[in-house]
Parts: sequence; structure tokens; C-alpha cells
Amino acid sequence: MAVTTMAGTGWRGRLRWTIEDGATLVGRELSRMRHEPGELVAALVFPAVMVLMFGYVMGSAIKVPGGGDYREYLMPGLFAMVTFSSVMAMTMKVATDASRGVMDRFRSMPMSRMAVPFGQTGADALSGALNLVIMAVMGLLVGWQPHDGPLRALAAFALLALLRYGLSWAGCYLGLVVRNEQTADQMLPLLFPVSMLSNAFVPTEGMPSWLRMIADWNPVSAATAACRQLFGNPGAPSADAAWPVAHPVAATICWSLLLMAVFMPLSIRAYHRKGR
Amino acid sequence: MDEPIVVAEGLHKRFGDVHALRGLDLAISAGKVCGLLGPNGAGKTTAVRILATLADPDAGRARVAGHDVVREADRVRALIGLAGQYAAVDEKLTGRENLRMFGRLHHLSRARARRRADELLERFGLAEAADRVAGTYSGGMRRRLDLMASLLVAPRVLFLDEPTTGLDPRSRGEIWDAVRRLADDGTTVLLTTQYLDEADRLADDIVVIDHGRVIGQGTPDELKATLGNRVDVLLEEPGSSAVAADVLAAMTGTAPHAPSPGRLTSPAPASLRLADVVRELDRADVAVTDVTLRRPSLDEVFLHLTDGTAHDPPAAPDTSAGQDVPADPNGAVRQAVPAGRGVGAGQGGRVGGTARDDEGEVA
Repeated sequence: MAVTTMAGTGWRGRLRWTIEDGATLVGRELSRMRHEPGELVAALVFPAVMVLMFGYVMGSAIKVPGGGDYREYLMPGLFAMVTFSSVMAMTMKVATDASRGVMDRFRSMPMSRMAVPFGQTGADALSGALNLVIMAVMGLLVGWQPHDGPLRALAAFALLALLRYGLSWAGCYLGLVVRNEQTADQMLPLLFPVSMLSNAFVPTEGMPSWLRMIADWNPVSAATAACRQLFGNPGAPSADAAWPVAHPVAATICWSLLLMAVFMPLSIRAYHRKGR
Repeated sequence: MDEPIVVAEGLHKRFGDVHALRGLDLAISAGKVCGLLGPNGAGKTTAVRILATLADPDAGRARVAGHDVVREADRVRALIGLAGQYAAVDEKLTGRENLRMFGRLHHLSRARARRRADELLERFGLAEAADRVAGTYSGGMRRRLDLMASLLVAPRVLFLDEPTTGLDPRSRGEIWDAVRRLADDGTTVLLTTQYLDEADRLADDIVVIDHGRVIGQGTPDELKATLGNRVDVLLEEPGSSAVAADVLAAMTGTAPHAPSPGRLTSPAPASLRLADVVRELDRADVAVTDVTLRRPSLDEVFLHLTDGTAHDPPAAPDTSAGQDVPADPNGAVRQAVPAGRGVGAGQGGRVGGTARDDEGEVA
């Protein structure tokens, strides 16, 4: 019997299996994408509709502070919004595995305990990267473009990827706690108001001060402002903006690290927790 | 290998107000198929989850192949397979991809995982559907894939949690064949089921549990023997049932039960001979269509144990208690009526055979 147990292989072996098991789970995501490439596209239907509605319908009446094309102003906001949608996508995936017994199968196997959350968030990072590529192409089609050179553009995408990774850990935790696809599905509509309450679609300057406070501290705002800054898109924050919007790159990095610091241990603990 | 391969001692598990297990003891010898039988909510799934390291007991302990399921969970995980009612496979992957993935996660090499997947697909008749996404499989196919996923590294102990619940008869038959073959190859199997015919068909030993503890155990034969024989009479004229009932009562010492008009059933003492029943009824001028002296079906044993009733016969097994249980044709040893022969010696010998665990029984 070719059985390798986790125990007795030392930390080196354990690390190796964590990486290999994680890689196997990332491979699982690749196979899924191959069978249902439509899902990648489906995830972008909503932002595409947003481009149409805001970029063309409402955008015609919205004036960007400091001047500039509204669609150029909008795209960084949509990048941030799509990045945020990963929370729900991840919650769904993990909750589905938990409710269908796939998670139990993983738990009953001599796998590394860390591999499952790391593998699943790693797989999400992969589909996130693909999402961003498709989004960028969509943006180029409607007249958006980065103005400050490829390096700063890459930095913007890297920042989005980092934030998405942090967010996917939050989604992983939610999925492990919810354990139920239906509940996860019902949480999905909450996403829209959260991304609306930010500077993604309109400047926050015009909001009542209490609302502006919330919007400026919304991580979506920091990510949006950071992208505008790095892509050289219109919509520079006003002088009286709150700290996260005034220092968007640093704020986005902080948000990402904070999410990881909180939800990595929580997810790993939730995965370990037995019973039911 | 004298120690049983699976041992549970005094397992307790509570979920809020629900006391799922109340001191469950279990011992399964290597190479046997053990059927864990009980009504819904009896604690079967909880017991399996604890043994498969998915849940920790609140009290008590359990070992699989000598390893404690809590302290040495990783060692246990390397030795077990788990399959069950949820068909835990990724519906968005093909059958082959599922098996390869689980093979890799069992730390088989890439080549070995591939080979093992192909072997299993062939052996379980899923080769043709192997490259279809599992979401398109029928319930039976999905369950088989789930079973295969638990066999990738030839487990020492296989846990099957209600493997055929909700399947059509043909798919059940396929799962049964697969389990039978595994058992023949020497795999120890712990099977939970609420189907009595399933336990009767597959299990070497049956453990009946209810309300989180064991209420009876033994081989199917031993369990049947705890209830003693039964005599069934089918009358030509339903009108003669009062007379026939008196005759039977005098012979068996118990007033018979009438599951339907013209049909009487009664527990039979071991000394009762079929020929005597026929003769006595004839003497009382009762015309009969059929007289049967048989061992009880597992259904009757089960109902007897779970009801906790006295020796009073349960109602007809196939109509009572709302149990979703097909009648068990194999349990009955039929005797032809006109023959003057007595009760078969083999059968008589089994009556009064050892009943290992009589707790909760008023026999």
C-alpha cells in the first residue's frame, strides 16, 4: 500500500505536502474553468452592465470633478468592484464544498490541514487574475486606458490582486462558517450597496458628511483611488479627503494585510473545527 | 490480529439539546462487514463521523487499527475510506478528474493516481462516462464515483454512511455488488443503513442502535433467533379465525395477531412442530390455505428492538411503523403444508441459539 502519512515526515515533508496539496486544488480550479469557461464570463456580466448603465446612460449627466472622461473615471471603480465580488464568489465555492460533503472528504483524508484554505484562495487568485485581464480588455474597448506607463499600470493590477487575495480569505472564512450554498447565495445582493457606498461611481465630496466618512473608509474607495492614481485616470481626491483616499496605495496595502492577518487564522481554525 | 480493528468505547456526543450518542460501544473484527442499523436520528451518522475523524466525541474513545481517532487522527485518516449519502465529489469535474484529484490528495504520484483512477473506472463500470462532468451523472453513478474516491488507496477500513439511501433498486444492487466484492477482498466495512434487507444482505454482524446506544447485536441469524420462531396461518375462510386463534393460542401460549382478515401470526415456542399445528387446526375443522413456520424477518427483529415492546408480535412488518423497508423474502424458511414432516432440524437447532446482547430486550 503506497500510503504516505502526514505524521512522521517532519516539517519539511509537511511543508512539501501543503504546497503539493494546494497545487492540486489550484489544478482543480483550472479543470473547472476548462469545463465551464462561461462562468468566467458570467462573472463579468454585471460589471459589463455597469459599464453600460453608468458609462453611457448616467455618465452622460455626471461631471467628473477636475474634468476628464467619465468612463475613464468609472473603470478603476469597476476594477475595485469586481475585486470585491471575489468575497462572495469565494464564500459560494467554499460553502458549496462544505454542504456537498467535499470538504468532509478532504478532512477525512491524510492531507495537510492548511492546504485546503490555501489551495482554494490560491485558485481564486488565479481566476481573479483572469478576470482582471478580461476587465482590462473591456475597459480598453470603451475608451479607458492607463496613462502613466506600463510599470504603474502593472502596480495597479498587482495592488488589486493583493486586495483580492486578502478578500478571498474573508470569503473563505464566511463560506466555512455559513456551510450552506443557499445562505451564501442570499448574501450576494449585499455586495452591490457596499460597492456603491464608495467613490467608485461618483465623487464622495457631495455626500452628507457622515455618509462621506463611511464611503471614504470603505476599502473599495481606497482601491478605486489607488487605481485612478496609478493609471493616471481622472478623479484625484480632494484636499479634505479622509486618510485612506488621500493615501490610497498605502491604504489598500493596509486593508489587504489586515484582511489576511484576521481571516487567515480564522479560516484555518474554522477548517480545523470539527463536529456538527 | 486479536484486537478488533475498529473499537469504540462509551462514545458520547451532544449537539445542543440533542444527545446523539449516549455511550455507544462498538467492536468490529478485521475483514468483517458490520451493519450499523437504526432508525433516523439513532446516531449512526454521528458514530461514523467520529470514527472517520470528522467529529470528536464529548466522552469515550475510539481506535481504528490501534490508533486513537482524536490524538492520532492523521494516522487514522491514512487507513480509512469514507463514502456516503452525500456523494462528495466535485460536480464540475469529470469522473476521471475527480479520482485523479483525490488520488493526488492521497499523495499518490501523478502516474499512480492516473493508473488507479483508470483501474477503478474500469472495475466499477464508469469507464464510458469517465470524461463526462460528474454533475451529469445519475444518482447511482455519482454514488459509485464517491465510493471509488474512497478506494483510491485500498483502505483498511471503509466507512459507508447510508450508501444507498435514495437510490433506485438497480443502483442499490450495483452498490451492493461493489461492497460485497470489497468485503470478499478482505476490506473491513462499517455500513450504516436504515434498510434491513441491505444489512441482511451485506453484513456479517449487525449492530442495532437507537437513541445513541446499542440495543442489540449479533449475526443476522443470531438476531433473528432472539425473537424465536413464528407461525403464520392463512385461513380459507376468514370467518373461522376465532376458532383458529383459540387453537393457536392453546399451542403457542400467546394470543395470535391478525395482520389482515384470514391471516394469523404468532410467536412459536421452539418445541412447536408444523405437523402438530396442521393436525390441531384440522381437528378443529379449520380449513387452511397455508401454514408457515419460519424464523422472524430482520424487520420484525428491528421493530421488536426499537419499539422496546414486550414479546407481543409486531404488526405486519411491511406495513408498520412507517419504516421505508422492503419486505424481506429471504428471512422466512417456508415449509410446505401438506407434508407430514416436522420442522427442519437445522432450523430448530437455531432456535434458542446464542443471543449475545439482550439488553433492552424483554425476551
